[in-house]
Amino acid sequence: MKKVVRATAIAGAAALALAACGQAPDENGNTSGNGGGTGTETASNFQACMVTDAGGVDDRSFNASAWKGLQDAEKELGVKAKYVESNSETDYAPNVQQMVADDCGIIVTVGFLLGDATKAAAEANPDEKFAIVDFQYEQPVKNISPLIFDTAQAAFLAGYVAADTTKTGTVATFGGINIPTVSIFMDGFVDGVAYYNQAKGKQVKVLGWDKAKQNGSFTGDFNDQNKGKNLTNTFIQQGADIVMPVAGPVGLGAAAAAQEAGDVMIIGVDSDWYESAPQYKSIVLTSVVKEIDNSVLDVTKSAAEDKFTNEPYVGTLENEGVSIAGFGDFESQVSPSLQQEVDDLKAKIISGEVKVESPSSPKS
Amino acid sequence: MSVTTDRIPEKTPDAPGEPTSATRRRGWAGDVLITVLSIVLALVVGAVLIAVADPRVQETASYFFARPLDMLQAAGSSVANAYAALFKGAIFDYGAETTTAAIRPITESLVFASPLVVAGLAVGLAFRAGLFNIGAEGQIILGAIGAAYVGFAWELPLVVHMVLALVAAMLLGGLWAGIAGFLKARTGAHEVITTIMLNYIARFLLAFLLSTTAFQRPGRNDPISPQVDSTAMLPQMLGSWSRLHLGLLVAIAAGFGVWWLLNRSTLGFKLRAVGANPFASRTAGIDVGWSTFAAMAIAGSLAGLAGAFQIIGTERSLTGGVSAGIGFDAITVALLGRGNPFGIVLAGFLFGALKAGGVTMQARTGTPIDLVFVVQSLIVLFIAAPPLVRAIFRIRAQGAGSMQVSKGWNA
Repeated sequence: MKKVVRATAIAGAAALALAACGQAPDENGNTSGNGGGTGTETASNFQACMVTDAGGVDDRSFNASAWKGLQDAEKELGVKAKYVESNSETDYAPNVQQMVADDCGIIVTVGFLLGDATKAAAEANPDEKFAIVDFQYEQPVKNISPLIFDTAQAAFLAGYVAADTTKTGTVATFGGINIPTVSIFMDGFVDGVAYYNQAKGKQVKVLGWDKAKQNGSFTGDFNDQNKGKNLTNTFIQQGADIVMPVAGPVGLGAAAAAQEAGDVMIIGVDSDWYESAPQYKSIVLTSVVKEIDNSVLDVTKSAAEDKFTNEPYVGTLENEGVSIAGFGDFESQVSPSLQQEVDDLKAKIISGEVKVESPSSPKS
Repeated sequence: MSVTTDRIPEKTPDAPGEPTSATRRRGWAGDVLITVLSIVLALVVGAVLIAVADPRVQETASYFFARPLDMLQAAGSSVANAYAALFKGAIFDYGAETTTAAIRPITESLVFASPLVVAGLAVGLAFRAGLFNIGAEGQIILGAIGAAYVGFAWELPLVVHMVLALVAAMLLGGLWAGIAGFLKARTGAHEVITTIMLNYIARFLLAFLLSTTAFQRPGRNDPISPQVDSTAMLPQMLGSWSRLHLGLLVAIAAGFGVWWLLNRSTLGFKLRAVGANPFASRTAGIDVGWSTFAAMAIAGSLAGLAGAFQIIGTERSLTGGVSAGIGFDAITVALLGRGNPFGIVLAGFLFGALKAGGVTMQARTGTPIDLVFVVQSLIVLFIAAPPLVRAIFRIRAQGAGSMQVSKGWNA
């Protein structure tokens, strides 16, 4: 009995104390962000749906970037955005099917690996609209809009930056799986270093990728961060002091290894890691950025406004679909002329004076 | 049942060391009760997690003491919506426009369930023989490799092609598990260690094979095999709107097969006897080593079948992630089914339904799909601790209680 009284007293006191903490909003529902913004009547029923690959929506990489595009669409257009995550290759088909069943206005599938599943679903559902990030079909499919990026151009700049910044004369890159959308980064990176070596008469070495053989170091998946860590440690032992991991969230493992090593820098990919992975901002030299979010927002907009076409979107340095991020905390440590050199090189790539070629580049 | 080996007693009502049939029946009812209550408990804990993860609930919780009903309403509706979506995605989508769309979920559940059932049987059969088969994952991979190779490399007529792909999968899976069985029988190497290691070997063997010209799809750099020929595919049972394939019937048949093997055949009797007490079995004249090998080989061929379902049932091509963790889910399925073949079939259906429903739940309500794994794990956790469940629901322990599904480390 005593216990009950005491418990009631404590609960009552707690209630009084806590009641002061939180104030309930008005009954009218003046809370922000519930109504879906200024979307038009037709757009508000429009669902923009996304299927991730095995990296998951919080990969700080291209899944996260695509999801940001849909969230922007939610804010700007008043559409409803949603996603499902895939845990393995075997989830792709059922996940895409789920979105077809849910009457989505557009289904964005993220990643090269969803190519087969997306095509199968598109052919089975000719009235449904699809967009796929990072995959270009040899034969265009009439209801799939490919969102592709000539990342080699931006990675070329990153290679140049890395070659200029390295102290050991060795830089490294590795990938998750040897697919064109990964190796295109590595091609550009290797060529950027080679261009630097030629221009400056240096001998900077790149570990992890052989462009001629189109083969190199891969962790084998896009989710096991430990493998990225191990591989990065191997590179560090071989003298590399700048590593560019092209492996989605596996790259975070590389960043962890670099942070432990102390004097090793990371080049982020897909998004600007200085912002998207702030726990590693002190070691992020720069990032090769793909503006996936903008392309996703664009294609969602065109679908919502009934202007969808299957024309591929190709991101380049010129249309700012791909870019190189700033130097973050290393601004004061890189050579003073580097930013200018990068800008000049960028202009040369855009004008075609310097040609960046990769077997994986989007075919127009 | 009559046993022909002369050193085994002619009439054997129960295996050595097993409870008598009366206590077993009571124990069986108790098992079902505990299982059902464990599922309920897991769903309750899952509901709490759904509510906590919901942003609307978090928002209203900040002024809980000013207006508690807001939070309770938000929590209630988030849980109700999530579980309604789970049901719609797993069983019947009552809001769908067409009949096929409404019943597709149950067929999807069965598609996910088919490999889980056979892999669960692979683990459960080994349990009954006193072996902890952690290697279903590796055996599935080997089965998938076999089915895929036969499927895309050979050209054979309809039916023959499919049957050969299944046989190749069973042979390779059986062989892979047989290695662990052989090592245990000959050298006493513990099957937990060997099967776990064989999982790794299988995974990297698959990664290696997918980089060779024999397996890699022409024109691709990434680890993916060519698609298997349509002649090798398990036929779709309901037409093109559903992925449901013949594997479901094969899986159910396998359930009956394992039941028959364990309860009606001489070999099964020996397996159970060895599982219950290998020393007594040896004294009784059973070749323990051979039984161990046989149990693992049969288990492996069942897991191989799961690999075949993945390839010639749904995926069509071999990739690094073809096993999709089914081999590990299979352990929980076997535990949930208490090593009983029919229990395992039902447990496989439940897990298949959770898997299919989880996708819908995430798509429609934004509930993370990881929650489904939490619920699955909680179910098994509660089942592994019957006294906890009894204490929560204030049930008195009945008879012999739950059957021991596996033996300890030193068994």
